[in-house]
Amino acid sequence: MSRILIRGGRVVDPSQGLDAVLDVLLDGARVGRIGEAVETGEGTEVIDASGLVVTPGLIDVHVHLREPGGEHKETIESGARAAVAGGFTTVVAMPNTDPPIDSPALVGFVRARGAAAGLAHVFPSGCITLGQKGEQLTEFGELMAAGAVCITDDGKPVMNAGLMRMALEYAQSFDLPVAVHEEELTLSRGGTMNEGIIATRLGLTGIPNAAEDVMIARDLLLAELTGGRLHIQHVATRGGVEMIRAAKAHGVRVTAEGSPHHFTLTDEAVEWYNSNAKMNPPLRSAADRDAVRAGVADGTLDVIATDHAPHHYDEKEQAFEDAPNGIVGLETSVGLAYTELVATGLIDLPTMIERMSCAPARSMSMDTRFKLGSLREGWAADVTILDPLAEWTVDASAFRSLSRNTPFSGRRLRCRAVRTIVGGRTAWEGAR
Amino acid sequence: MAQELVNPSLGKDLLGLEELTREQITAILDTAERFKEISDRPVRKVPFLRGQTVVNAFFENSTRTRVSFEFAEKRMGADTVSISTTGSSVQKGETLVDTARNLEAMRIDMVVIRHASSGSARFLAERIESHVINAGDGKHEHPTQGLLDLLTIRDHRGPVEGLKVCICGDVLHSRVARSNIHGLKRLGAEVAVCGPLTLMPADVADLGVRWFPRVEEAIEWADVLNVLRLQLERMKGGFIPSLREYNRVFGVTRARVEAAPRDLLILHPGPMNRGVEIDSDVADGPHSVILQQVTNGVAVRMAVLYLLAGTPAQDVEAAA
Repeated sequence: MSRILIRGGRVVDPSQGLDAVLDVLLDGARVGRIGEAVETGEGTEVIDASGLVVTPGLIDVHVHLREPGGEHKETIESGARAAVAGGFTTVVAMPNTDPPIDSPALVGFVRARGAAAGLAHVFPSGCITLGQKGEQLTEFGELMAAGAVCITDDGKPVMNAGLMRMALEYAQSFDLPVAVHEEELTLSRGGTMNEGIIATRLGLTGIPNAAEDVMIARDLLLAELTGGRLHIQHVATRGGVEMIRAAKAHGVRVTAEGSPHHFTLTDEAVEWYNSNAKMNPPLRSAADRDAVRAGVADGTLDVIATDHAPHHYDEKEQAFEDAPNGIVGLETSVGLAYTELVATGLIDLPTMIERMSCAPARSMSMDTRFKLGSLREGWAADVTILDPLAEWTVDASAFRSLSRNTPFSGRRLRCRAVRTIVGGRTAWEGAR
Repeated sequence: MAQELVNPSLGKDLLGLEELTREQITAILDTAERFKEISDRPVRKVPFLRGQTVVNAFFENSTRTRVSFEFAEKRMGADTVSISTTGSSVQKGETLVDTARNLEAMRIDMVVIRHASSGSARFLAERIESHVINAGDGKHEHPTQGLLDLLTIRDHRGPVEGLKVCICGDVLHSRVARSNIHGLKRLGAEVAVCGPLTLMPADVADLGVRWFPRVEEAIEWADVLNVLRLQLERMKGGFIPSLREYNRVFGVTRARVEAAPRDLLILHPGPMNRGVEIDSDVADGPHSVILQQVTNGVAVRMAVLYLLAGTPAQDVEAAA
């Protein structure tokens, strides 16, 4: 059995309240011991981590890997490669593929493809409703048994409130989180960017904050009513952050995501029709961006998740309104989180790791089910080694993802993953 | 004359009036003024675009604008082809940029584009070397319409500076409204919009315009009304409850025009819905300059073609 000793790094593991220079011994696929001057025998690979940060493997609970059906944008393998290159040991694949992942067999397919790639752990999510049509619930129990860690119709809201209530109730037999893309379609009206003066000037149909907020309000009320586990994806509005904060204070079981683009950019990035700044929910005002930052800082938004949404060059190379929504995020998430949140003094490094590893694991019960998101002895030997002093420039052409659709090309960032260890094996190693 | 025609460059393309300076807009209007008489000659042709090839690429239905551009191009001596969505390779799934690059591969000088997507003209301009003229992109801008409206207002009311102009109706979906607002503001007019809030874009006041909820108030205030076409499908979209109420509350009617404190000038970009946003006796009445707008459209488009791609100004003098 292979052993790896990660020597002399700053070990940051908020799940154990750990932040000290220590050695970490990985014993096969499990964490062995953590301590000072850990001794090791022959045949142990020793990694010198002095000056580096050693953390539980980072987890992105919101990625689109496009397989099956969109393999020209991304495959499970290329997405997993992008994940480990970005420092992620685990990703949760969204089910809005073609066909949508709404049956146990399809969940099994995603899981098998992820295992075959042998890079990051790829956990499937299953649809809430058959075909994401919003009409009939899928077999939550069967989906979970096949490997799904949450259910979601991501990309589409569940417009029927009664059905959403039942999803939140039924999911409780399996303790499954119901993850939701919040958008009142009759308010978003096919809009393509944030409603406001920029949309007005560019002649683009705007999506008001209220399109997101009324659905967040509805689902928080339904979560309170049912006691169900609600996970709100990519929160982009000030109102959304405030309502989630209030609901948590009330004891509602809700977790929520803040995405790097929503805590970094505003709708000014769309100016003159930049299709790489087109996503849903859209980039919003500076006040909204600041609220997302504050939400990530105080934990109202428990997890940082990218909504990694690869699209082929040709698909984004269209007039703005005709281009699809979404940007890639796996390979810029660490740099953006560190540069925008840690380097600015908004949060400290342990909080960043909490939002990118421990809390994501808890939000989908991957801590209790799979021993992820912590470096406790006996837990998964998933480790990310970060170089917090690295300064680098985003170069989309160097992405491991099959797609290049990022608004961050050319941006200077700090901090990046230099080694990603999954299940005790180095899945990625970058230049230090 | 040559001296007057030496003017600030428009750059490679005409995409919108938001990007133009007051000097550039004035230069286009002054040039158009000179070109008006060409259309009144027995032989309506000058050689300023001789040997140049212009493609009119209309990916959205249009009669008036397309014909106006074609007349302008032909009267300037250009060789032109017009393509429309129907029957073109676009229908076979070719992308906008591929269509344009294929046209460009046949060696052309200019593309006039009409397209349903906002920003499509700019998208094209950034990707081909030929000059691009925006003939209407989605809900964004329709700069030559804005220019012909400015020319028409100037013809009748002198300098635009200080005039009070109200744009009435469906501003939300209107590229004409945006081009008018930018152009009028640039020339120093006071600009207002009027109509139900359902048809007003968000934060429209941030464009420097005021909003009148009722047409009577707009008429009380304005020197000029530019009455927008109300797309009839807006009723189905729930933006207004009925065409009948729209006409009763927001329609520019004879009684309202006659009650105006000033001698109103009334424009409409066409095509009109008589009896909806404008009554026939207003459209055909003494305040209306709607047909003159159409005439001016040809002159303005000739000016834009000339300023983007025409032969130097001294040749104008020689030919004039």
